[in-house]
Amino acid sequence: MIKEMICVACPLGCQLKVTLDENDAVTNVTGNTCKRGVEYAHTECTNPTRSLTTTVKVEGGRLPVIPVKSSAALPKGLLFESMSVINDTCIKAPVKIGDVVVKNILNSGIDILATAPIDVCN
Amino acid sequence: MNSTLKYDLVVIGGGPAGMAAALEAKKNGVGKIIILERAETLGGILEQCIHTGFGLHYFGEELSGPEYAHKFIELVEQSDIDVKTDTMVISISKERMVTAVNNQDGFIQIDATAVILAMGCRERARGALDIAGSRASGVMTAGAAQKFVNIDGYMPGKKIVILGSGDIGLIMARRMTLEGAQVKMVCELMPYSGGLTRNIVQCLDDFDIPLKLSCTVIEVHGTERVEGITIAQVDENRNVIDGTQEFVECDTLLLSVGLIPENELSKQIDIDMDPITSGPVVNEMRQTSLPGVFACGNVLQVHDLVDYVTTESQIAGLGAAKYISNPNNDDSRYAFTKGGDGVRYIVPQKVNINSKEEIKLYFRVADVYLKSKFVVSVGDEVLIEKRKQKFAPGEMENATLTLEMLEKIKENDEIVISIKER
Ligand SMILES: Cc1cc2nc3c(=O)[nH]c(=O)nc-3n(C[C@H](O)[C@H](O)[C@H](O)COP(=O)(O)OP(=O)(O)OC[C@H]3O[C@@H](n4cnc5c(N)ncnc54)[C@H](O)[C@@H]3O)c2cc1C
Ligand code: SF4
Repeated sequence: MIKEMICVACPLGCQLKVTLDENDAVTNVTGNTCKRGVEYAHTECTNPTRSLTTTVKVEGGRLPVIPVKSSAALPKGLLFESMSVINDTCIKAPVKIGDVVVKNILNSGIDILATAPIDVCN
Repeated sequence: MNSTLKYDLVVIGGGPAGMAAALEAKKNGVGKIIILERAETLGGILEQCIHTGFGLHYFGEELSGPEYAHKFIELVEQSDIDVKTDTMVISISKERMVTAVNNQDGFIQIDATAVILAMGCRERARGALDIAGSRASGVMTAGAAQKFVNIDGYMPGKKIVILGSGDIGLIMARRMTLEGAQVKMVCELMPYSGGLTRNIVQCLDDFDIPLKLSCTVIEVHGTERVEGITIAQVDENRNVIDGTQEFVECDTLLLSVGLIPENELSKQIDIDMDPITSGPVVNEMRQTSLPGVFACGNVLQVHDLVDYVTTESQIAGLGAAKYISNPNNDDSRYAFTKGGDGVRYIVPQKVNINSKEEIKLYFRVADVYLKSKFVVSVGDEVLIEKRKQKFAPGEMENATLTLEMLEKIKENDEIVISIKER
């Protein structure tokens, strides 16, 4: 079977043609510009994942929230549960880019990291 | 008023465009450079674009907007480029005298050898559209909502309809959904989306948010707060089809209906403007019709990928460096680019055929074309032909003129790019 999908690994959005065998295993991928497209086709057909970006509350900083991202793509089914964990979290300024905000979220092995710095505000 | 400052290069706007242009000029030997930025910090609009997808092509890693911006902010901080934030440029003269104001210095006057315009763009607001209804609160641009949620940390509504399927609208559909709002639909006037395909997949399809094409909002209901809207289908001439009106209950209407380059300053110096891009007409170094004044980033043409903004701005930075080292040495002979069938615009609008480097032309198509090719030609001669599965107005294309091709082009020739069936 041939399945058409859009690679969402980067904004180029290549149109992939993915060949699956009778056990739904990927045997061939065309239409990709780089090798990440092949990887994407494999995960999308087995365990679809998405990277998560959102904000987290911060105390004592110049702004009330700072942006965060997941260190790797999370299983699609964990997105909303992860959001509620992050929304219940509050961190203290100062924060640097890359600081771990939530470690190993929902035992996924994936961390939530700060993506902007914030200084202490007096 | 303070005495006049003297700089080799003044960069107006400290977004990704301004920073990349200033850094490239520095790398190419320009001495005194200053960046003037209206906001409290450098970074431009990227500070509120917290999603990832930036920098894969430029840095080889997928970064969020703030991370992308901070890579450049760090480089600017490490350099001897001067920066004034909270500083708004209010005028420029043809002699490249730049006037700015801020709380600390009051009025500042800077005499610049070269100026780079990097003021970015702003969103089209409700005034630019024709929607009936009272001025109930709850109608705002998608970018304004993005700032409320991502910077100020609060949600501007619970039941949301988005008009316009540009990328900012799509990104906000996902963002509001993740924060617990109900995004009822995205309505798009055109028969296709103006956003990147990947954003339709991961911002709408992932959350089962319907995208209604050839559909618009004709009325906003509610007096204090929005209580709902009326949507309707439109025909191919974008006229409302009677009988398709439908009421949708919501408390917030987000508008993602296009961006307009912020060119009030450019107009003060009477430089030639391109009516289609709404940005200045530039040559291959991004120099405007006024020598010594360059433009890059969203002020020149609305970009969807910041990676391209960076590349374009480095060209402008290099152009400014060359100009500063030798302002009167201009042996340029120009040919002009022109959008043919299916091509809405091309940047740069003119190219120096004496250029010692190859020249990349960036262009946008006017409609969605499947299984077609683009053709770059001069007169009857075809210079480049490239096939593609799909062309869409939301995605910027490019074509490179090599030195061999430039040799074949004569002064005042027209270089035409068109879309053809294959
Ligand atoms: C709301 C929004 C969302 C976007 N989302 C994405 C995205 O998801 N992915 C992507 O790749 N691209 C996105 N873009 C486009 C991307 O952000 C731009 O390509 C990039 O930021 C453009 O950089 P710039 O430096 O030209 O403009 P900007 O980032 O807008 O920077 C311009 C700067 O100039 C300053 N300025 C303006 N006028 C003056 C003045 N008179 N005096 C002093 N300073 C002035 C402004 O304050 C601003 O900081 C988005 C754009 C917008 C508007
Ligand atoms: S295949 Fe590579 S270039 Fe194409 S969208 Fe995926 S990551 Fe981007």
